Amino acid sequence: MKDPNTVIVQLESISKTFRTRTSFLKGAPKEVVALNRVSFEIFKGEIFGLVGESGSGKTTTGRLIVKLETPDSGKLLVDGNDITQIKGRNLKNFRKKVQMIFQDPYQSLNPYLSVYDSVSEPLIVHNVGDSATRKDRVRQSLKDVGLSPPDDFFYRYPHQMSGGQRQRVAIARAMVLKPEFVVADEPTSMLDASIAIHIFNILSELRKKLNVTFLFITHSLAAARYLCDRIGVIYKGEMVETGAAEDIIQNPQHPYTQALIQAHPRFRH
Amino acid sequence: MALLTVENLSVGYHTRKGFLKSVQGVSFALAEGESLGLVGESGCGKTTIGMSLMGLLPENAAVTDGRILFEDTDLLKLSKKEIRQVRWKKIAMIFQAAMNALNPVHRVSEQIAEAILAHDTEISEETAMKQVESLFQVVGIPPGRMRDYPHQYSGGMKQRAIIAMALSCNPSLIIADEPTTALDVIVQDQILNAIKDFQKRLNVSLIFISHDIAVVADVCDSIGIMFAGQLVEYGNVKDVFDVPMHPYTRSLLASYLTLDKDIVQLDSKPGETPDLVNPTPGCRFSERCTVSKAACSLNTPEWIEISPTHKALCNQFK
Repeated sequence: MKDPNTVIVQLESISKTFRTRTSFLKGAPKEVVALNRVSFEIFKGEIFGLVGESGSGKTTTGRLIVKLETPDSGKLLVDGNDITQIKGRNLKNFRKKVQMIFQDPYQSLNPYLSVYDSVSEPLIVHNVGDSATRKDRVRQSLKDVGLSPPDDFFYRYPHQMSGGQRQRVAIARAMVLKPEFVVADEPTSMLDASIAIHIFNILSELRKKLNVTFLFITHSLAAARYLCDRIGVIYKGEMVETGAAEDIIQNPQHPYTQALIQAHPRFRH
Repeated sequence: MALLTVENLSVGYHTRKGFLKSVQGVSFALAEGESLGLVGESGCGKTTIGMSLMGLLPENAAVTDGRILFEDTDLLKLSKKEIRQVRWKKIAMIFQAAMNALNPVHRVSEQIAEAILAHDTEISEETAMKQVESLFQVVGIPPGRMRDYPHQYSGGMKQRAIIAMALSCNPSLIIADEPTTALDVIVQDQILNAIKDFQKRLNVSLIFISHDIAVVADVCDSIGIMFAGQLVEYGNVKDVFDVPMHPYTRSLLASYLTLDKDIVQLDSKPGETPDLVNPTPGCRFSERCTVSKAACSLNTPEWIEISPTHKALCNQFK
C-alpha cells in the first residue's frame, strides 16, 4: 500500500513568515517565522505524522500543502508539479485532488447545512455527475466513515449529532471527491479518547480502501505512533527529525524529541 | 478523619428535553492532604461535582439528593452568604481553560493580591504583595516577572499564576478541573510537577478532574472512574491500575495510547453517552460493554468490594 518509490508531496526548503499588521500606535510590524527552510517528503499511500507543540508551525505546513497559504520561498511539489504558482483551471483540479479535515468539527461544518448538503457540496462545486450519482457518492462516503444507515443521517444538522459523528461527517465531506491526498489537522483533539481511536481506525481503513495518502497533524506522539508509518517532529518552525514511526519513538536522536517522549504521561508501574 | 465526605450526591439540570440527571448517587471521602482523581469522558458529570463543591452550580441546576460534609458542615445547607466564607478561603478551584481567567489589563501580581485582599480585610497591600511573592516561588514564577501583564506570559506561566491564585488564601482543599488540558505535553509535565510539589509541601487536599487517566495516575492517591453521572470504580490508584475491575475502566486503560506498550489494533465501539433524562434502571454502560449479559440492562448494578480500598459498580462479579 505504501509505495516508497513514489513521492506525492515534496517540500524543499520551505519558509514562511507572518507579519503583524502595521498601525500608527503599534509601530513597525513584527515578524513571526512560522517555518524556516523545512524540507521533507510524503510517499504515496502512507500516513505521515507531523508532531509538534502549539506554535511549532505544524498547522502552517498543512495549510501550505493544501494551498491555503503560499510560502515565501522554497519549492512545494504535489504529484511532481510546483503548486506555489498554479492558478485557474490547474488550481481547481488541484483542489479536487487535495482535501483537508480540520480540528474542530463544531466550526468546520456549516450549522445551516444538513449532512447531505455538506457532503454533496464538493461534488456540486466540481461538477461531478448528475444528482443520482451524487447521492450514491454521498451515501458511500457516509458508509465509509461508519455513519450507517447513511440515509438516516442525510437530513440531520450538526447540532443534532455528537462530536464524533460531526467529525465523521467532516471526514466524509473530505473523502467524497476521492482525493489523492488529505491533510488531517488534529482531527481528534476535541474528542474523548475512545472516540479518537474510532476516528483513527476510520482514517486507517480509508487509507487501505481508497489508497489515499494522509498528512496527520498532531501534538500527541502516541497518537502519531498508533496511526502513522513515518513521523516528522517539528519544533519552532524547523523539522528536527524524521523517520519511521517506531524508530523515532525507540531511538529518538534530537533532544526535543527525547524531551517529548520523556514528558509523555505514562503509568508508573 | 475525613476532611470532605460526599454522600449520595445527585445533581441535575433543567433542560428543554427534561430534567437531565447529570450526577447520580456519588459518594466518596477525602482525608487531609489526600488527592483524589475523577476521570471520565466529557458529559460524565465530573465538572458538575466540582461546581457543587464550590457552590457554583448554574441557575438551572438542582441538587436532588445527598450531602457534602466539609469539616463537618453540610455545604448544601449553607446560605449564599455563608458559602462565600468557605469558597476560595477553604475550597479553591483551578478552572478549565484558566489561561483566559486572568484580566488582561491588570498586572498578574496585582490580580493575585486582589484575591488575597478580598478575603482578608485585615492585611495591608504590602503584606499581600509579600505573600504573592512567596506564592510565585511555590509555583515557580521568577520574581522578576511579577509585574508583567498576562499577555507577556506563556500558557504554562499563566497556568502557574492561576494555581498561585487558588493557593492565595491557604485553602485546605483545591479542586483542579482539567488544569493541563490546553497545554503541550512538556508544559503539562512541568505543571503536574508543580501541582504535586505544592500538594505535598502545603499538605492540601486535592480533587483532580481529568479525562486523562495516566495524568491522574501520576498525580493522585486514589481515583474515581465516572461514567454517565455515576461513579463506577473507586479506590486506591495502585489497586485500580493493578486490577481494573469495571469494564469501562478496562476500556479506558486499553484505549490509552502510550509510547511504551506494543501497538495493538484497538477495536472501538463508538461510544454514545446514554440518555440521562430517562436513564436505564440497569447498568448505564451495558450498551457499550463487551462482557455484558442481557440482565445487565435490567438490573441495577451494585457495588462490589474487591478490597477495603477498592470497589466497582458492576453485577458481573457477583
